[in-house]
Amino acid sequence: MAVIETRGLTKRYGRVVAVEDLNLAVEEGEVFGLLGPNGSGKTTTILMLLGLTEPTAGEARVLGLDPMREPLKVKARVGYLPDQVGFYGELTAWENLRYTTRLLGLPEAEARARIEEVLRRMGLWEVRDRRVSAFSRGMRQRLGLAEVLLKRPRVAILDEPTLGLDPEAAREFLGLIKGLKAEGITVLLSSHLLHQVQEICDRVGLFHKGRLALLGTVEELAQRVLGGGYEIQVEASPGLKEAFLALEGVARVEAEGGRYRVFATRDLRPELAQVAVARGPLFGLALRRPSLDEVYARYFQEVAHAA
Amino acid sequence: MRREGSPWTGLWAVFFKEMADHLSGLRMRILEALILLSALGAVYTGTQTLRQTVGEDPYLYLKLLTTAQDPLPSFVGFLSFFVPLAAIALAFDAVNGEYARGTLSRVLSQPIYRDALLFGKFLAGLGTLAVLLLALFLLVVGMGLFTLGVPPEGEEMARAFFFLLATLAYAGVWLALGLLFSTLFRQPATAALAAIGVWLFFAIFFPILTDLAAGALLLQADPFDPESQLRQANLALWISRLSPNTLYAEALTAVLNPAVRSLGPILITQLEGAVLGTPLPLSQSLLLIWPQLTGLFALAVLLFTLAYVAFQRQEVRA
Ligand SMILES: Nc1ncnc2c1ncn2[C@@H]1O[C@H](COP(=O)(O)OP(=O)(O)OP(=O)(O)O)[C@@H](O)[C@H]1O
Ligand SMILES: [Mg+2]
Repeated sequence: MAVIETRGLTKRYGRVVAVEDLNLAVEEGEVFGLLGPNGSGKTTTILMLLGLTEPTAGEARVLGLDPMREPLKVKARVGYLPDQVGFYGELTAWENLRYTTRLLGLPEAEARARIEEVLRRMGLWEVRDRRVSAFSRGMRQRLGLAEVLLKRPRVAILDEPTLGLDPEAAREFLGLIKGLKAEGITVLLSSHLLHQVQEICDRVGLFHKGRLALLGTVEELAQRVLGGGYEIQVEASPGLKEAFLALEGVARVEAEGGRYRVFATRDLRPELAQVAVARGPLFGLALRRPSLDEVYARYFQEVAHAA
Repeated sequence: MRREGSPWTGLWAVFFKEMADHLSGLRMRILEALILLSALGAVYTGTQTLRQTVGEDPYLYLKLLTTAQDPLPSFVGFLSFFVPLAAIALAFDAVNGEYARGTLSRVLSQPIYRDALLFGKFLAGLGTLAVLLLALFLLVVGMGLFTLGVPPEGEEMARAFFFLLATLAYAGVWLALGLLFSTLFRQPATAALAAIGVWLFFAIFFPILTDLAAGALLLQADPFDPESQLRQANLALWISRLSPNTLYAEALTAVLNPAVRSLGPILITQLEGAVLGTPLPLSQSLLLIWPQLTGLFALAVLLFTLAYVAFQRQEVRA
């Protein structure tokens, strides 16, 4: 059973369509990335999944529960990190989390144990007695993730988790998110930073003007948008273009003397090597994973062209 | 569609957090200092005046609360001035402050309903004011004991209790108003200004307006028909009762002054058989102020409901 499922989910603000007819299924243990330009409906989708905004039409199921009908059960099991996460500045990190455990209704001893656990895990244990107003952006973000973990959630929904973090902090943060996946927590995250998304997401959904335009693994999207999911760079003798094109699964070949860029639907390295070696020396063979950046850029170019 | 789960889940968590915030906050320190200073001043003059008459007056402590001496108003006068301000100060940034700090979506993503958040904040404000009032009151009684040297009587204490209750209901009205404005206006400063504007209106302009209205109404009455005059006077009284300040003032008058037998115009025939100047028993005084108390309570409930409806309709993101 899918952990997150939506059917025809729609949200309109007056005449503005924020999300339209969204059909999505996120499987257990998956890291799913929501992509899309500003204002394409990512945050709105997330809010509807948590029951924080009422859908205009359609329905959502999170862990089999309806977020509008049983919001308390959903919110007890789903951790949420908002895009502009804020804490009570006059309270310390520990006190902020203590308030959350009270809202969660955890007993005192359990709460203390969990707070220590998550603060240590996020590397904030040393600063637990510092006021949050003195925290840096990165520390706040980690405190936000600590709060998400406090629930021992089955699903974590993170809205732009690396927004405003420096590259090193962002990398660290991505590592923490990967840790969630290792624990079996299903993760839904939204982001604009495509290479980061590509690094940690199993599947992505690309939003465009409130609609889910593309859905699948990065390879699948590359195949659909770029015409080949795999890009293999070959360095061999010149004049092999035709031979490469004759291989099954090759979509396109760009040749430049002895350098080739082969776009294929699967990993064709063995076959390409055979062809090249049969006709001369082979100097190099490298598989380049298709980048989400290219997919994204190409998709929106096409959309712009079509319009 | 039915929501499942109790709307009050998490209510006490919110209540205790907010109450702790209020009690430890700088805002409260300032209020305490203000109220304390003025109360001390008022009680000092009260005891100075009363010391001469100790032993002659059966309701010494009630007098202590209500005696004014130019230029200082009485303790009660000070309270009715400061309680609305204190309530507004505690509530004006209750909801928009959460938006401004970006904490609202995080708090609401915990397993609680918005009901609990709003009501918890309201109760915490009320609780804070109750603590403050009680402390002040005990201070006044203590000072009274010290300077007057007579312990208060049971009935005096009972009347004082109802005085505190009425004050709390009055505070609830302003608290709910502050809460309403804090949901309606995104800027805390705007909300504070609007609430203080309403307070100023009722404290200063409303009495002027009702006086004018009463004058106009009496002019319309037939000068030779007492019945029409009485009708107009009653009408003017009702108009003035549209203000929470009037309701509170009336409640105070009756509960703190046992000699008050009516809160409106009295016909001489109604006084037949009454021994003028004899105090009313507490139960009769309570009967007298019951409408005022329920009026204040209903007003607070109404304002809170409006705030609740406004809050429910709001988007979680700023
Ligand atoms: N309260 C609101 N009233 C009216 N329109 C709104 C409201 N909230 C969002 N919208 C509109 O809904 C659309 C989707 O917004 P949403 O915040 O979901 O986008 P997003 O994908 O999260 O964008 P970003 O990447 O900038 O965070 C936007 O066009 C936005 O203007
Ligand atoms: Mg967003």
